[in-house]
Formats: sequence, structure tokens, C-alpha cells
Amino acid sequence: MNRNQTHRSRRWILKSLHLLGLFLIMAVICIPGLWIVLNSFRPTVEIMAKPPVWTPTFTLDHYRAMFGGAGEGGVPVFQYFRNSLIVSVASTVIAILIGMGGGYAFARYRFRFKNGYFVGLMLFRAVPGVALSLPLFIVFALVGLIDTHIGLILVYVAMNVPFTIWLTDGFFRQIPKEFHEAAEIDGCTRWQAFWKVEFPVARSGVAAAAIFAFLTSWNEFALASQLTRSVGSKTMPVGLLDFTAEFTINWGGMCALAVLMILPALILTFLVQKHLIAGLTFGGVKG
Amino acid sequence: MTEVTLNRVVKRYGKHEAVHGVDLKIHDGEFLVLVGPSGCGKSTTLRMIAGLEDISDGEISIGNRIVNELPPRERNISMVFQNYALYPHMTVCENLGFTLRIAKQPEAEIEKAVKKAAGILGLDGLLERKPSELSGGERQRVAMGRAIVRRPDVFLFDEPLSNLDAKLRTQMRVEIKKLHHRVGNTIIYVTHDQVEAMTLADRIVLMRDGHIVQVGTPMELFNNPVNTFSATFIGSPPMNLIDGVVTDVGTIILRNSLTVPIPAVARKQVVSGQQVQFGFRADNLMPIGHAVEEPGELANLELPVSLTEPLGTETLLFAELAGQEVQAKMLNPRPVQPGETIAFHLVLNKCHVFDAGNGKALRD
Repeated sequence: MNRNQTHRSRRWILKSLHLLGLFLIMAVICIPGLWIVLNSFRPTVEIMAKPPVWTPTFTLDHYRAMFGGAGEGGVPVFQYFRNSLIVSVASTVIAILIGMGGGYAFARYRFRFKNGYFVGLMLFRAVPGVALSLPLFIVFALVGLIDTHIGLILVYVAMNVPFTIWLTDGFFRQIPKEFHEAAEIDGCTRWQAFWKVEFPVARSGVAAAAIFAFLTSWNEFALASQLTRSVGSKTMPVGLLDFTAEFTINWGGMCALAVLMILPALILTFLVQKHLIAGLTFGGVKG
Repeated sequence: MTEVTLNRVVKRYGKHEAVHGVDLKIHDGEFLVLVGPSGCGKSTTLRMIAGLEDISDGEISIGNRIVNELPPRERNISMVFQNYALYPHMTVCENLGFTLRIAKQPEAEIEKAVKKAAGILGLDGLLERKPSELSGGERQRVAMGRAIVRRPDVFLFDEPLSNLDAKLRTQMRVEIKKLHHRVGNTIIYVTHDQVEAMTLADRIVLMRDGHIVQVGTPMELFNNPVNTFSATFIGSPPMNLIDGVVTDVGTIILRNSLTVPIPAVARKQVVSGQQVQFGFRADNLMPIGHAVEEPGELANLELPVSLTEPLGTETLLFAELAGQEVQAKMLNPRPVQPGETIAFHLVLNKCHVFDAGNGKALRD
């Protein structure tokens, strides 16, 4: 009886510690995001107040100002949003097409220097993107790609392809080769067998890869800040800089724009989360 | 007429040769089984016929066409895979109709063909299900249905029953045989299970290490194995083999201890002093009074029994002959105590003699 009780209380303590640990980790992850959302609805005075104001006042001033005219602290939100969308969607689609082709080739075919190529691709990912910004800037300046959508799309495709290859390679490896063989015997060409059988089966994995590629492009700041100049090509992360002036930073406005930036990504991730989890566990088994 | 002909077919992977010049003619409507241990090249041979593997050398023709350069879809074949390879994102109905849909047949035609195949295989109630919602046996039937719908010249089966449990395997074996009677197409079937080979085949092709060891009807392989490999691979339990030396008085001394007369068929093929292996099946070593008495030469043996395996209508006895364990069959079994010595009849005209060096059968 007594032993039973100590056992039960010990289990209770362990469970509490477990939950507390989870809470702390989630807090570290979530509080900055929460802080941004909350601050976007507070007057600047309150954000900067020392000591902090614990009972917040709710205001939509920052959003009003952001969407307002240029003189009143407004920024071309819709332009930035459009740029981000064009660049992210285009680079994701291209990166997925190329990456999926590459991943499929690595999973299904034998060719010379296969491992070398694969390691090479992974090594490219080890190079910090910012280190490439100067050479990229010079090259792009020479060919006139600075401040264009295409330039940014190219950079993001290059950034995303290795990761997409790595991810989709894992997914295609999981699919028994008999699927395409059966399809080929059933009358498909190799190409049809891929699109009608293997691609639908790997859908989850491809969706997961697409989300990662999209988020990378959507959130990228360092290179975009170098390669874009004008309203015509600046993406949202770069647009955040509009809120910094020589002596002041408009934190409230910046937070409001950040919220607008987070929302689409959040919605998209939410929509495909089922695929995302299925895709990640599916591919994750790879040895 | 759909004959399949293999003419010195070779498969090489880099420098390694997996199939060494296989010659084979498969007749129209024949049920041919390729059997052998894993790595013997049987699956590779099948996949070359299917077009899933390149042919390194030689020629394969289906009907009157040489198909070496044709992709699988142009060979008009169907294949049932070991893991069934049902398309997981399609329903049973879509799986069955896939091949016709690819061929752009009219919907009405597809529906008719799917219904017919479903009827043959008893899949009517399952058409709207996904493969993941089916049992192993049902998946197997869908895979066969998919093969039928295509109305191929040749059916190829690649170990289709290996993933089923023993009971279901026996059932599906019967269904496959019935299917063959019904559609009458040429079937090439790969298995490593000699029981499947024996029960299904019109003709068996026994392979080892990329070579064909023996081709023949199941009974030919069972009764007249060309070498010790064939003798031990076909039939269950495997043939008993005992080392022996031929004497000059028409006998064989087994392991320096027991003398048996040379079986009549081998008498002209052996020379005095030759090292041989003496072989006989458990069916031909039977306790006196518990055997089907066969006419012909019998040898009397008294052997101690060390172990028994009752199987119902018969009991397998593990007896010691010339210091080696051999298996015998007891019909109408009675209880046998381990250690008991039993009098056996060995049916000599059903015994085999093999060359001890190369394992070849010595027979007229």
C-alpha cells in the first residue's frame, strides 16, 4: 500500500517535471513571437516604457499608419507582399521541380560519382549565405540582376535545391521500385509512371519539401537586403528596415509588418500540417 | 500462339555475370516455374523477360517478336510482384482499370473489363477500397486481377505467394492454378519454394548460380534428378545421400560399413572403385509392414531410429544408416520409441547413384 503510494507520487512528480520542461522550451520558442504580436497592438510609448507597463492598451495605430500614406510612417505593404509572394512562390516551384528531379535521380539511378555529387550538394549548404553576398552582388551587378525578381528567385532556387534534393531523395527511397515497374508493365512510359504513380505516392514528402523551401525564401533577409534596392523588388523582411530611421526605430510598425509576414506562413503551414508530419516521418525513416 | 524463347540469355552486372547463357523455350499456354535457391538468377531471368532488366547478351522473343529492345509496356505482358505493388493512392477499381486507362480505352470498356476480372477473382465487394484496407490474400487477388485486365500474352509471377502465411499460400496456389485453367495463357512463375513448383508447374526449370540445372515435368525432376543438387532441392524431405565406393562384385559399400547392390539403372555407368553418392528418398525407405509394397528389388535393413516426426497419415523417422542420419517414411504409423531398432525395406530400383566428384547422376 505504502509502496504503491510512493510509486504513484513519484510518477506524479516526474510527469509535472516533464510538463514544466515542455512549457519552458515552448516558452522560449513562442514568447518572442507573442511579444511581436502584442507589441504590434500597443502604442510606441508603452513599448519603450521603463519600467514596463503591465496592463497594455489596445491600439490599431501601427496598422493604420503602415497602410497609410508614405509621409505618415506608411510603407508600401502590398508591394512588398507581392514581391515576397512572387519571389517565394516562383523560387519554390522551380526548386521543387529541380530538386524533385535530382532527388529522384539519386534515389533510383546509379551513375558515376553519385556519392561525390551528393556530398558536394550537402557541402554547398554548409557555406553561409552571407559569405556569398559580395560575389553575388558583383556578378549580379555585372549582368544587371540587382533589384529584380529574377535575381532573387535565382538565389533562392540555388539555396533550396540541395535541401529539396536531400529531402525528396529520402522520400523516393521509401517507395518500392516495384511501383514504377508495375506501372511500366501496365503500359506507362517511365515519365508517366513517375507522374501517375510515384509522384502521387510521394506527395506528402514533396509537400513537406515545398513548405521548407517556401519558408526559407519567405523569411530570407541577408541576401535580399543586398540584392534588392527599390519598392519594385524589396521583399517583406527587407521592408522591415523601412521602419528604421537615422535615430529612431519604429518598433510598433515593425512588429505590425512582421505580423503580416508571419500570418501567410502560419496559415500555409497549418493547411498542410497533416502532409508535413506524414511527409517528415515518412522520409525520416531513411537510414 | 505465344511462345517465349530465350536464346543464350546473359545478364552481367559490371564484371559479375549473374545469368550465364540461359536457353529456354516456353510453349504456348504452358505453366513454367523457375525455381532455385536465392541468388540463382531466376528473378533476374524473369525481369529480363519483363523488360525490367537489360539483356546483356543473347535474345528473348515473345510470340514472333524479338523483344530485347522493347520497353515493358510494348511486350504485352503482365506481372504480379512479391509485394503486389498495388498503387496505394488508387482504389481497387482504379488499380484494376489503370492499364486500360493508360491505353485510353473507353470508360464503358474499362468498367466491363474491371467487372469481369473482379468477378473471376471474387473482388466485387472490394472495388471501392484502398489497398491499405485489404488483407494480404485480397491484395494478392487484386494484383492478379490487375494482371488479367490487361489481357496479356504472358503472365509473369515473381514469388507472388512469399508474403502470405502458410494456409493462405496453399489456398492462393489453388486459385492460381484455377486461373491458369480458366485463361489458358502462358505463365512464367518464379519461386524458391519447391512445393509451389511441384504443385503448379507443367514444367519446372531448376536453376543454380545462373545456370539451368534441369528442365522437366515435376515428376521427371522428382524421379530422375540429374545431379545431387536437383535430388536434394526437389522433394520434401530432401533425398538421402550417403557416400559409398563401388566394388567389383556389383555392390556399393556405404561408408565402409554397409553393402547394398548397385541399382539396375546405374550398373553400366559405374566402374569398380569409383567414389559415389548413393541416394534414395524417404518414400523408398519404409518400415516393413508400414509401406506400400512395390514390386522390384528390395534390400532389407535394420536401423535404429533416433527421432520421429508424426505428420498424421505418415510419420517421418530419422534413422541411422552407416553412421549417417537418413529419413524414412512410415505409413499407417504406430508409436515408435527413440532408440528402437526397426526393420526397413529399401526399394532398390528407386535408388540413385551420383558421381561423388561432380554430383552427376549415373543412370542409363
